[in-house]
Amino acid sequence: MSSTPSLSTEQINVKQAEFKGKRELPSFVVGLLYLLPSILLFSVFLFYPMLRTLYLSFFLTDGQGVPITFVGFENFTYLLQSTSFQKSIKATILFVIYTVPVGVILALFLAVISNEKVKGIGFFRTMFSSTMGMSVAASSVIWMFMYNPAIGIFNKILVAIGGSETQWLLDPKYALLSVAVSTVWMNTGFAFLILLGGLQNIDEHLYENADIAGVSYWYKLRKITIPMLSPTLFFIITVSLINSFQTFGQIDILTKGGPVESTNVIVYSIYKEAFINYNVGSASAQATILFFCILIVTILQFKIGERKVHYQ
Amino acid sequence: MKKVELKNVSKSYDGQTNVIKGIDVSIEPGEFFVLVGPSGCGKSTMLRMIAGLEEISSGDLYIGDLLSTKRSPSQRDLSMVFQNYALYPHLNVEQNITFGLHTKKVTKAEQKKRCLETASMLGLSELLNRKPRQLSGGQRQRVALARAIVTQSPICLMDEPLSNLDAKLRAKMRSEIRQIQRKLGITMIYVTHDQTEAMTMADRMMILHNGDVQQIGHPLDIYNNPANTFVASFIGAPPMNLLNGQVGDQALILGDNRSISISKKMMDELPSNAANITIGIRPESVQLAKEGKMSFFADAINVEVLGTETLVTFEVGSKQWIAKWNGQWNIDIGERMPLYIKEDDLLLFDADSGECIWHKEKVEDKRTLKEAML
Repeated sequence: MSSTPSLSTEQINVKQAEFKGKRELPSFVVGLLYLLPSILLFSVFLFYPMLRTLYLSFFLTDGQGVPITFVGFENFTYLLQSTSFQKSIKATILFVIYTVPVGVILALFLAVISNEKVKGIGFFRTMFSSTMGMSVAASSVIWMFMYNPAIGIFNKILVAIGGSETQWLLDPKYALLSVAVSTVWMNTGFAFLILLGGLQNIDEHLYENADIAGVSYWYKLRKITIPMLSPTLFFIITVSLINSFQTFGQIDILTKGGPVESTNVIVYSIYKEAFINYNVGSASAQATILFFCILIVTILQFKIGERKVHYQ
Repeated sequence: MKKVELKNVSKSYDGQTNVIKGIDVSIEPGEFFVLVGPSGCGKSTMLRMIAGLEEISSGDLYIGDLLSTKRSPSQRDLSMVFQNYALYPHLNVEQNITFGLHTKKVTKAEQKKRCLETASMLGLSELLNRKPRQLSGGQRQRVALARAIVTQSPICLMDEPLSNLDAKLRAKMRSEIRQIQRKLGITMIYVTHDQTEAMTMADRMMILHNGDVQQIGHPLDIYNNPANTFVASFIGAPPMNLLNGQVGDQALILGDNRSISISKKMMDELPSNAANITIGIRPESVQLAKEGKMSFFADAINVEVLGTETLVTFEVGSKQWIAKWNGQWNIDIGERMPLYIKEDDLLLFDADSGECIWHKEKVEDKRTLKEAML
């Protein structure tokens, strides 16, 4: 009897050995394999350029962007002292303040009114979200015509009601505001669509219960709609903010950063520094500063905003 | 406490077909009225029309003698509990309960007082600062209930409030809701698809099918005297056994050459033109034949022993019938059973229209406690 158990253990050992030969890859490696395509793409188009930018910001470069001399933080100290860069920061902040709150509130307003069950509401929903389908370049050209001092509709109206002609895009007083107005128009479609989606996700019964309780429209908006929409609102504010910091296309087409650098927002300033002045080191430093600015703003937003957001 | 009266109320979504067809009913003050029917029968639509959440296409609605057909939901002075509770996820229990009370000109102090009262009545006192997502299903249900009670409206509407709870909790809440309704004396209109809920809770109930009223009455009246085959098969668990047959000479002829002989008296009571009929018998009325009784034989095809009772399935004609006997029975599958049906327990329906054409008027079968003690 004693020999039988030893025999069976031997058999088991053999089986285990066979099994070891076909052992599966550790789950970490499997996971990495699944991630490989996106890791590759992100590395080529995102991580490498980011690190390269950071690297270049510490160098003096030649016209082709080849680093020549290591200068440490000199690019940064120079930038922070330059009035041009300070103006550029000021323009960016003003631009964000002009576009984000107005854009989000406008989109929210449109979403709320088009969430009603009215005949033909589909038409309005399509109209309100249609700007999402327009490219920045195309819409900028449309706005350029509208702002045109001679043939633009704004001046026509202004003159008709007795005002004097205004150089919308050439007057430093109005240029940034004009670009901001067109940007709000371009961004509203996207924000509208997301907010409308959020609104339609709110349980209809919550409003029915409020109807039976007899609360007013504003009370419902304040106590049900806004809190229930807060995750969506938070998302749209974050995205709009980042978008606004990174505005480039409409500036390039409408004003080219002018007049007197009044619309020279950071991203446009980076572009000019790198591809017009061929000062890649300084441009990289600006890009790095912008990156950290957006990072800080977003972190702050999450820290402050998330307390007021009600996830379900 | 107010009365609710519907006069020839209809509802149509497309202007052509009515999903609710000419309903006339008067719900008495302080009554527990249950609307029951299978899904899609229009019972929720009817409730929502009473609440004012759904427009009434034609007919009139009176709430406490006041024509309310065109009034907004808040002017109807009622409260409602929704199937999914409709609690506000961003408000805590207390805020949920007092939501909207300010519109009824209730002071902050009074709101707080009422909230605490209601919460203690429903056992929510410990939970007032919690958010709905931190509550169990049963607790959420109580909050929804508290929100309806706290308004002190004379009428309360409930739309399948217990359907999201598990069976055990459902039975408990059933009796709890009934007790609260009795204590506060409010008029309750309660929608459910569960016939047990309807039977156990209702003072009166209305059975709806495809937007038509099938029968209105006390639960036991309906159980004992169903107006048609739909009511007969919908009310009662397991449902009434039904089978098509013909009226013969002093006998009811069933499909498979079996027949049930009937007395001359019953034969005379039947309408003269009755030929094709549906025979109905409650499972508990199918008895085991004792010696000397007229009986028929059937083979058991399935046996379910439930502890207090035993359900035996057997075949009659092309249909499977169920007999329900008290106690625990040890019956083998395929065993031949002698069965006996008392003539008085039979119900006969017209085979085409489904209307009940004959049943023995039953004196209420319920025994009172006094009788039993004697």
